[in-house]
Amino acid sequence: MSHPTAPTLDAQSASLPASSLWSKSPIIGALIGLLGLGGMFATGGFHGEGLFAYLVAYLFFFSLAMGALFFVVIQHATRAGWSVVVRRLAEILSMGFPALLVLFAPIAFGAHDLYHWTHLDVVATDPILKAKSGYLNMGFWLGRAIFYLVASSAYAWFFYSNSVKQDANGDLAYSHKTRGASYPALPVLALSVTFAAFDWSMSLDPHWFSTMFGVCFFAGGMIALLATLAIMGHSLKTTGPLAVVTTEHFHDIGKLLFGFTVFWSYVNFSQFMLIWYANIPEETTWFAHRWIEFGWDKFSIFLAIGHFALPFFFLMTRHTKRNKVTLLIASFWMLAMHYLDLFWQVMPTEQHHGPHFSAAHGLSMLMIGGFFFALVGVFLKKSSLVPVKDPRLSESLRFTNY
Amino acid sequence: MASTATTTSTWGILAEFDSAAEIFHACEKVRDAGFANWDAHTPFPVHGLDDAMGLKASKLPWVVLVVGLSGTFTGTALQYWVHNYAYKLVISGKPYFAWPAYVPVIFEMSILFSAFATIFSIMGFCRLPRWNHPIFGSARFEKASDDKFFISIESADPKFEATRTAEFLKGLGAKHVELVEEEA
Repeated sequence: MSHPTAPTLDAQSASLPASSLWSKSPIIGALIGLLGLGGMFATGGFHGEGLFAYLVAYLFFFSLAMGALFFVVIQHATRAGWSVVVRRLAEILSMGFPALLVLFAPIAFGAHDLYHWTHLDVVATDPILKAKSGYLNMGFWLGRAIFYLVASSAYAWFFYSNSVKQDANGDLAYSHKTRGASYPALPVLALSVTFAAFDWSMSLDPHWFSTMFGVCFFAGGMIALLATLAIMGHSLKTTGPLAVVTTEHFHDIGKLLFGFTVFWSYVNFSQFMLIWYANIPEETTWFAHRWIEFGWDKFSIFLAIGHFALPFFFLMTRHTKRNKVTLLIASFWMLAMHYLDLFWQVMPTEQHHGPHFSAAHGLSMLMIGGFFFALVGVFLKKSSLVPVKDPRLSESLRFTNY
Repeated sequence: MASTATTTSTWGILAEFDSAAEIFHACEKVRDAGFANWDAHTPFPVHGLDDAMGLKASKLPWVVLVVGLSGTFTGTALQYWVHNYAYKLVISGKPYFAWPAYVPVIFEMSILFSAFATIFSIMGFCRLPRWNHPIFGSARFEKASDDKFFISIESADPKFEATRTAEFLKGLGAKHVELVEEEA
């Protein structure tokens, strides 16, 4: 269809107003983060079981930032038009990576409490761990962790800063540059997220391995990002700067949320079924621990229903994806389920008598979430929340679903 | 060649437009005029034409959901019957009701049934297959897959009245309006 005048948007109306609560998020986030940090110290959360809780929270925000970065890179790689109005929000969320680089410290220093393979006396008498020690050793593990976080932070900054620079003059060269960089970024980030999941979560049980573990983690991260986009998008739409984000964009976010919920179930079930079918003790231990052996069977069933069956039927119809209230219910629910998914991955290593929550679970979420959103808040204020000079902006502004 | 006398009746009316924008606004007027048995024919999908035509949401998803779920049930029942009654075999030490092994087949059966439901429902809703359609009698209609845009209004429509409807369509900016005949 021909449009006599292409819709445009000015940077002023797409910027965060000072009256918005989001504009105070650097201060509020930092205060919540400090509260969490203090609480963790006060309750001895940086030792023993508290560290496992910290790892769950860390993986939650790491997967969210990874999801955001993947979202941005995929939009550039596919030259997507519909997503331009929500892309800046994902760019800003991916700028939480530098905070995660610092927040990795408790895991690095607490590795001895978390990871069995760091106990050199155990490794010396264990032929399996001995054979894996070329990969699972402190130096290489730490080097890899720094690589994932630095590479992700650098890519996040690259895509964010070039997008913001384009706001000034609308130079097409920025679009070409980000698109060109998106293709090599995909394998780098795919390997980073896969091996980060191996290193930080899978190696908690160092005898066990699954090549599907990384993609399961990635699926969870995309769910976290899409749910966050829906929640923050609706919040910032109400506040003003994202007034241009319409039901059509939320419908697409809802479709992707539904799609990645199915994808998560597909890869997780595939991982489970192949191990169950082959029935090799070396491989089945991990699931045996999450079933009756450690008293996690009810939790596993709850996760299968809550993370798959319920959202599958709830998000199937277009009406729930296009309605603000139902999309927000689904988004908050999926964020909670994503936390429980990571909880289910990490905690059975420590909790051999069924799942239980401790103060450290809440405090570590406050600490990491607070500092993460403090940094994200800085970038929320720094630029307009829509790439106002993006060449595909007008396509995005008038985007409709069939 | 001997010509056989065939009686024809008016199937409907066909109006030709030059651009997507013209047909878009014409569709809004036809919709607002309250016509029911009519359609738009364009060489490519036109954004927002569904709303301009006032089309209601398709019933197709509901058919697919119900038939798809019956595929889920069929896949489950088939395997349960085979493994627990018809042909009991112990396979790699698993119980007879080894549900995780059922899931791929249940999944595929749901997909298969959904795909069949989709394709056959579309054919049913569109009254396909058929050998011909009266609208193909119009030589100009060939342009519908090239660069022209058409609105057809059927004589079966309660508001249809050959001359008045033709005038109405001309008033909407149609470049050419013709009656389409069908064999009685």
